[in-house]
Amino acid sequence: MELREDQIERYSRQIILPNVGGKGQKKLLAAKVLIIGAGGLGSPAALYLASAGIGTIGIVDSDKVELNNLQRQIIHSVKEVGRPKVESARDRINAINEDVKVITYNLRVTSLNILDIIKDYDIIMDGSDNFPTRYLVNDACVLSKKPLSHGGIFRFDGQAITIIPGESACYRCLFSEPPPPGLVPSCQEAGILGAVAGVIGVIQANEVLKFVLGLGNVLTGKLLVFNALESSFRQVKVHRDPKCPVCGENPTVTKLIDYGQFCQIKRR
Amino acid sequence: MAIKVMIPTPLQKLTKNRADVEANGSSIRELIDDLEKSFPGFKERICDETGKVRRFINIYVNEEDVRFLKQDNTSLKDGDEVSIIPAIAGGR
Repeated sequence: MELREDQIERYSRQIILPNVGGKGQKKLLAAKVLIIGAGGLGSPAALYLASAGIGTIGIVDSDKVELNNLQRQIIHSVKEVGRPKVESARDRINAINEDVKVITYNLRVTSLNILDIIKDYDIIMDGSDNFPTRYLVNDACVLSKKPLSHGGIFRFDGQAITIIPGESACYRCLFSEPPPPGLVPSCQEAGILGAVAGVIGVIQANEVLKFVLGLGNVLTGKLLVFNALESSFRQVKVHRDPKCPVCGENPTVTKLIDYGQFCQIKRR
Repeated sequence: MAIKVMIPTPLQKLTKNRADVEANGSSIRELIDDLEKSFPGFKERICDETGKVRRFINIYVNEEDVRFLKQDNTSLKDGDEVSIIPAIAGGR
């Protein structure tokens, strides 16, 4: 595949980067990235990935655009209120870049459908908004050996980690179990500043781009912690846990678990 | 021994909205007990009924996870920085 004239013009600012070049641009155009959640994290990530020329972007979301989403979910616009988020996101992506093939999944990921959805993608970006989905996505990626960019936000805090199954710590190595339901409020109850979602979502997009291009060091084996009130970033080490219930030596999670059972997993 | 403790947003209600506080202790366990003294209710949020740190919360001394050191027996020295980091799930 040769780059077209208009592609060379469109991507010129990244093609001239050291270690990217036409070869890197072709890698981006050949890449398939799945974004779970077209919300606060998924919106900025999708915009940057589309702009950079990721060739195939899958988007999973079962919701419709609401007016209260627009404060942070910057891929959507007023005229899309009431439309499925995946359609709104697809149209916005293609308005920026027609090179991108967008595959929409107007559904929630579940233990029954997730393996089939992720199987054709090179890397998964988790921008979901609840613990059951996050643990499901982690487990599915570990079991399928799919690289995963994880990002989470809560009020003025953000976190990000990149997971290469079999090589680096997974999300359960970091936090083996989710909190019991009700103990931690969701964004809806807790509130979020849109720019905080932007910071973490863009870090996730950057992780995906580095992974596809094979550039620098992805955020494996460490958790990036962002404090928006201090404008500070810290990193802490995340070791692979031999007792991890999904990627440890004696895994207890060998198939995907339905949402309701999350709090019953036993750590060996 | 003065240890700087970084407090995550969900617990800042207990620390009067402060993102970092000073506390004392020669081990993580002593530090948590000292934090409980200054901020009643703190320990219950971090530890389960058996006194173990909850599985969705990690404690780090400097950059290291105490689960991979000596858990709550991990010793502390003057100038150490302790971070309490809970799992967070928001994204939408």
